[in-house]
Amino acid sequence: MVNIKVAGIDIGSRTIKLVLLENGTLSNFRIIDTEHDPLAQSKKLISRYKVDVVVATGYGRHLAKTHFADKIITEIKAYALGAHHLFPKCRTIIDVGGQDSKVIRVDENGHMEDFEMNDRCAAGTGRFLEVMAKTLGFKVEEFGVEALKAKHSVNISSTCTVFSESEVISLISSGANRRDIALGVHQAIVSRLAAMVNKIGPKEDVVFAGGVAKNSCIAHLLGEKLGMKLFIPNEPQIVGALGAALTAK
Amino acid sequence: MSDYEKMWKKLGINLQRHEELLESMMSSYENIIASQKNRPKAMAYFDDAVGKSHCRRVKELIDWQSQGGKVVGTFCIYVPEEVAVAAGVMPVALCGGTQFSIPYAETMFPRDICPLIKSTLGLGLGKMCPYLPVVNMAVGETTCDGKKKTWEILADMVPMYVMEVPQKKERIDRQLWLKEVRLFRDKMEELSGTKITLNALKRGVKTINRKRQALAKLHDFRKESVLPISGKDALLVTQVALIDDPKRFARSVEKLNKELEERVKRKIRVFPAKAKRIMVAGCPMVVPNWKIHHIVETLGGAVVCDESCTGFRYYANLVEDNATNLNKLIENIADRYLQINCSCFTPNKERIDEVLKLAKEYNVDGVIQYILQYCHGYNIETVKLEHALKKAGIPVLKLETDYSEEDIGPLKTRIEAFLERLE
Repeated sequence: MVNIKVAGIDIGSRTIKLVLLENGTLSNFRIIDTEHDPLAQSKKLISRYKVDVVVATGYGRHLAKTHFADKIITEIKAYALGAHHLFPKCRTIIDVGGQDSKVIRVDENGHMEDFEMNDRCAAGTGRFLEVMAKTLGFKVEEFGVEALKAKHSVNISSTCTVFSESEVISLISSGANRRDIALGVHQAIVSRLAAMVNKIGPKEDVVFAGGVAKNSCIAHLLGEKLGMKLFIPNEPQIVGALGAALTAK
Repeated sequence: MSDYEKMWKKLGINLQRHEELLESMMSSYENIIASQKNRPKAMAYFDDAVGKSHCRRVKELIDWQSQGGKVVGTFCIYVPEEVAVAAGVMPVALCGGTQFSIPYAETMFPRDICPLIKSTLGLGLGKMCPYLPVVNMAVGETTCDGKKKTWEILADMVPMYVMEVPQKKERIDRQLWLKEVRLFRDKMEELSGTKITLNALKRGVKTINRKRQALAKLHDFRKESVLPISGKDALLVTQVALIDDPKRFARSVEKLNKELEERVKRKIRVFPAKAKRIMVAGCPMVVPNWKIHHIVETLGGAVVCDESCTGFRYYANLVEDNATNLNKLIENIADRYLQINCSCFTPNKERIDEVLKLAKEYNVDGVIQYILQYCHGYNIETVKLEHALKKAGIPVLKLETDYSEEDIGPLKTRIEAFLERLE
């Protein structure tokens, strides 16, 4: 049997994810920062491995197609396929990445039935969390955990990255506890996400993926708000790259 | 200085800024329209009409005026062209479709207003619109709040006349509209100094009917499985309809139609047979706004139907020209216009039925609801329309955008995923 090596690369706004499949089984994965030059970063990442086929997805997919990818698919389709592969009973996927949040509904075969995507602003995305964490003096990795320790929550009225930042700054100067503000920030994102999920009419099982799925506070609040159990992959960031790689056959 | 530059200077145009505007429009035209492969030869006329819209067409209008003709600027397809033409008045659309002029509007105008209004106003305020100084009068209407208030500002730049378009479709509304059409007739008679006779109005109706018939036939070719014309080109033709001489325009579309007929016979197609067939429904797109069509068709889809004021709503329905007296003919004209299902009406179920019917006729795979940012009427109407389309099993995608380039990335992702979904 020929050993077929396939790469799926998800070139996102904040990170680039690479998944390698050998004969359909995950053999390796890598995640690096996109930085200012997604093409150079992608090439650097992929040149370390010898593969037969490269399928690209994410923001940089068209760039990849011009330079090295054999095939491209959108991150929406990629997340649908990847999540369905990991959780065959999944019918709804919530993917919250660096700049986009998406909700995708699929049929029992993993085919896209409908999707919603956030509008042009970065509200309710990973970037929003990063900005808020920084404003409150938390590392982004600890932001969710710290927010979960809050005793109360402070209401944040805006999910606009720019307006919220000034809202948060004025809360800090009014003496509010920064963990309480952090919880408020998480709640604001979750209510926005939940509205998007409910618009599409979620069906169970629901998978939560993308970088923001690593934030335990978002995962907890979102599941609670939707009244549904959220299935989170062990590596929520690589679901799109996995989905891309799966289409290579 | 060229003759055209002299003309612009005389019109008070800011030459340097105007040059930049033309450059930006021509570069969009080159990248989006001219770059298409296998275009019908007869498109050359419409390319030329767009390319010379700020020079030759403006000069034609000035020449027309020097022969005693009048010109009115319009912003909406509710303004009855037949009546203007019958009085020897040439209507020409003043709507702006360029991002370039928007900052000139935002110097004094609220930002959260639709790009069409801001672009139009910006062209005037920035002294980049050669039509505005030429027109004898501009005719506004009441199809949205944004426009209604804009007329008050535009009135400082050009004599304004406003027609009241009703908001409902009851008997009393028809009476109001009929009265408005009569008042418009009076206004056109006053402007031109000529009485509109039955025969003159019949000729006006005939001229505009011929234009609409030619367009309707053109768009019928988009029902074919062998698509002889791209969505971008079909849109371009309809856009030109709003600024061009109606008779010459009709002849040019008829010529294009002959070529398209030949193409269909010889199975000359502009897209592969597997291209997904898309309807774009919603807000108007005026030159040089080809944003959504360009993304769809670059990603392998085909726009086969435009349910908009720069599409179906413009050419659908003719005025019945069999009237034997002037009053009856005016009634026929008023009735024809009331069949335009603008989102300013409530309720507007006719539009939903129309979209469903078009989806069937054009055998579309999916519908994109196109919303210009801050256009509340069409935006809110997406809710009912989406529901109806889903019920009919037709996939639908809603896009809300403006004239800028900043959201091209997410738009591409959405449209591409929508096309993937249709596979």
